[in-house]
Amino acid sequence: MNAEPAIELKGISKAFGPVQANKDISIRVMPGTIHGIIGENGAGKSTLMSILYGFYKADRGEVFISGTKTEIPDSQAAIAAGIGMVFQHFKLVENFTVLENVVLGAEEGARLRPSLSKARKLLTELAREYELSVDPDETIEELSVGHQQRVEILKALYRKADILILDEPTGVLTPSEADHLFRILKGLRDEGKTIILITHKLREIMDVTDTVSVMRRGEMTATVKTSETNPQALAELMVGRKVLLQVDKVAAQPKDKVLDIQGLRVVDDDGVERVKGIDLNVRQGEILGIAGVAGNGQSEVLEVLGGYRSATGRVTLNGQDIDLTGRASDGQTRRANGICHVPEDRHREGLILDYFAWENMVFGYHRAPEYQRSKYLMDNRAIRRDTEEKMARFDVRPPIPNLAAKNFSGGNQQKIVLAREIERDPELLLVGQPTRGVDIGAIEFIHQQIVELRDRGKAVLLVSVELEEILSLADRITVMFDGQITGERLAADTNENELGMLMAGITDTSGAA
Amino acid sequence: MDFLTLIQILDTTVRLATPLLFACLAGLYSERAGIFDIGLEGKMLAAAFFSAAFAAITGSVWLGLLAGMGASLFLSAVHGLASITFRGNQLISGVAINFLAAGLTVLIAQDWFQQGGRTPSLAGAARFNEIDLPFQSALADVPYLGPIYSELISGHSILVYVAFLTVPLTWYILFRTRFGLRLRAVGENPAAVDTAGVNVIWLRFVAVGICGVLCGLAGAYLATGLQAGFVKDMSSGRGFIALAALIFAKWRPWYALFACLLFGFFQALSFRPDVVKAVLQFEIPGQLMDALPYILTVVILAGFVGKAIPPRAGGEPYVKER
Repeated sequence: MNAEPAIELKGISKAFGPVQANKDISIRVMPGTIHGIIGENGAGKSTLMSILYGFYKADRGEVFISGTKTEIPDSQAAIAAGIGMVFQHFKLVENFTVLENVVLGAEEGARLRPSLSKARKLLTELAREYELSVDPDETIEELSVGHQQRVEILKALYRKADILILDEPTGVLTPSEADHLFRILKGLRDEGKTIILITHKLREIMDVTDTVSVMRRGEMTATVKTSETNPQALAELMVGRKVLLQVDKVAAQPKDKVLDIQGLRVVDDDGVERVKGIDLNVRQGEILGIAGVAGNGQSEVLEVLGGYRSATGRVTLNGQDIDLTGRASDGQTRRANGICHVPEDRHREGLILDYFAWENMVFGYHRAPEYQRSKYLMDNRAIRRDTEEKMARFDVRPPIPNLAAKNFSGGNQQKIVLAREIERDPELLLVGQPTRGVDIGAIEFIHQQIVELRDRGKAVLLVSVELEEILSLADRITVMFDGQITGERLAADTNENELGMLMAGITDTSGAA
Repeated sequence: MDFLTLIQILDTTVRLATPLLFACLAGLYSERAGIFDIGLEGKMLAAAFFSAAFAAITGSVWLGLLAGMGASLFLSAVHGLASITFRGNQLISGVAINFLAAGLTVLIAQDWFQQGGRTPSLAGAARFNEIDLPFQSALADVPYLGPIYSELISGHSILVYVAFLTVPLTWYILFRTRFGLRLRAVGENPAAVDTAGVNVIWLRFVAVGICGVLCGLAGAYLATGLQAGFVKDMSSGRGFIALAALIFAKWRPWYALFACLLFGFFQALSFRPDVVKAVLQFEIPGQLMDALPYILTVVILAGFVGKAIPPRAGGEPYVKER
């Protein structure tokens, strides 16, 4: 190994107003290695890399590239220093071709043609060398997300980057695309490139990195060799305390049926039948998980129960019929009847991002008597007080009711939605993707809250595409495939393989299990 | 309708399409770079006044043209400052420019010339005069091709030829040069341009500047080519028609040419009610004929165009974020 680090940061600090995003960070990244930087959302990983790529200017600190002190005032300088960045949200021009995107900003001469033909040749070479094949004449919007990411990598390589930074690269990829990406990264490393991988997923760090640095609340807490650590230890370093990667709960004690669904059918706006007659029930004191690959009808079931999609069939709550036509009951009346709902997409359905936390805390319950001052006026002071209490109980950070929802991290946004719904002590809680885009510390907390509700004898219907989450959180698991139920198992008696088969529509495993 | 009448109408079409074409291409540069420009009208009007005023004072149409372009560039700079540097709302800035131009031109005209808000009539070297292309009189008697050459193609002012040559030039710049690639990219996804190490702010200012120059040409042509002097509100909505043409053309230079010719054709028809009557066999009220280009604008904007996808980052100021 060379003695000189490819990148060395010394004492980098950066504050955004009162928030100290990076505190005195020093790190050495050795050439020809894959160096992971792991930390929760908001730990300052992305800020640090943005400083390295010239997006932000550090308040203090120095950057050394291959031993030379380097100033990086803008992206141009970063590119010149041999740094390439693959952003979490791709910076590609959607209706340009691959070739045009690669060439953009790195053209040679005022005329376009020569640059394009030169780039075409280079792309073919790179594609052969690193499994990075993409059709250079395809437009970006026609490419899959995985291929778009390859274009980003090609862009960096075309600019002769020796150091490649990838920010949460697998967030948008399917598992097989992620595996392919890791093969590419290993190939690049073996060619002598230096790779910095930013992620909050422990598994990726263990799979692909040589060295790993952990960040917590703006500080670099440790740098260790990946071979000398384990996920549990890294999780502790990230969160700053012991973390349970498994949900801690006692066996369920189901009692009476709360929700009973019979012959539920849902036809979507395009006339396609998305749910094809399913029967389900959820009992007091149990968590029923619906597993399945996204788009197999689970979301529609949640939407029907939440009151914003019409359906046919029979649904009863504690023996009372619920109107499914959408005429006599909507989300608000459902909530008043004790069906509370944490929607799958908190940005679209759970929150209004531009509204304050306290406003978001009453949506769906804004007619509740405790929030009214008179017949026409709402009691905003009472709502803010209520929000403060709920934020304290759910450990929402920062606990400021007057902050717009968009200014909270993903985990804290989700806690706001959960606090709003769970604190109503519902008969039935509908939860969709409770931990999507949420970091480890918050996942643990959210799982605990859901289990606590169950232990109070309430019913929970959980929909998640994360098999791991379903397995550890649910008591009973129903699998949906193509709008139908392909099987039901007790969580204690099944495993990922069996559920995976059911999720693929293969139903004849019950005999073998 | 005989052949010569058709040639005459087409000849008028070309003249009337010219200011539209300049303004439309001006808008094309600006909007392709992601800056919506509703102020084409105001810039055109300001340019019309200043070109006529300076031509009247100095007696030179070329100095007038420079003054017109200068005025238009100044308003472009205001628009750029408001919407690029200070990330203001592009529509509001554009509307403000329109009002500013409509009021100030008349005010200054009255102060300088005391002729009720107009400039003196221009003549001779203070106007862009028609130029005859070579052999136009020699070829005039050749059947069909003769009139087309000598009436339709020859005998326009220099700015008309400049406008039509700007079309292929714009196409080349946009699709065959580095600058064009970056310009189109910055209107679609400025973040991609920024991370590629190109200065977004500068690029957008250049685009808005080109827009200013072309609007200057449009205005100067109005006051010193098409007409002989400035009168109040003489742009009479051409800036907005140019915007409609731009959408109709789906932000493409060649389509813009045809869109502007189409609008110009309808404007030309409104000058020849006799011909319309002869062709249609019934009379269309004059007011309706005058309104036709505007009605067409509304109809086209109301969705006759099919799917016109504007540049995706259009109207949004660029804020660095990740």
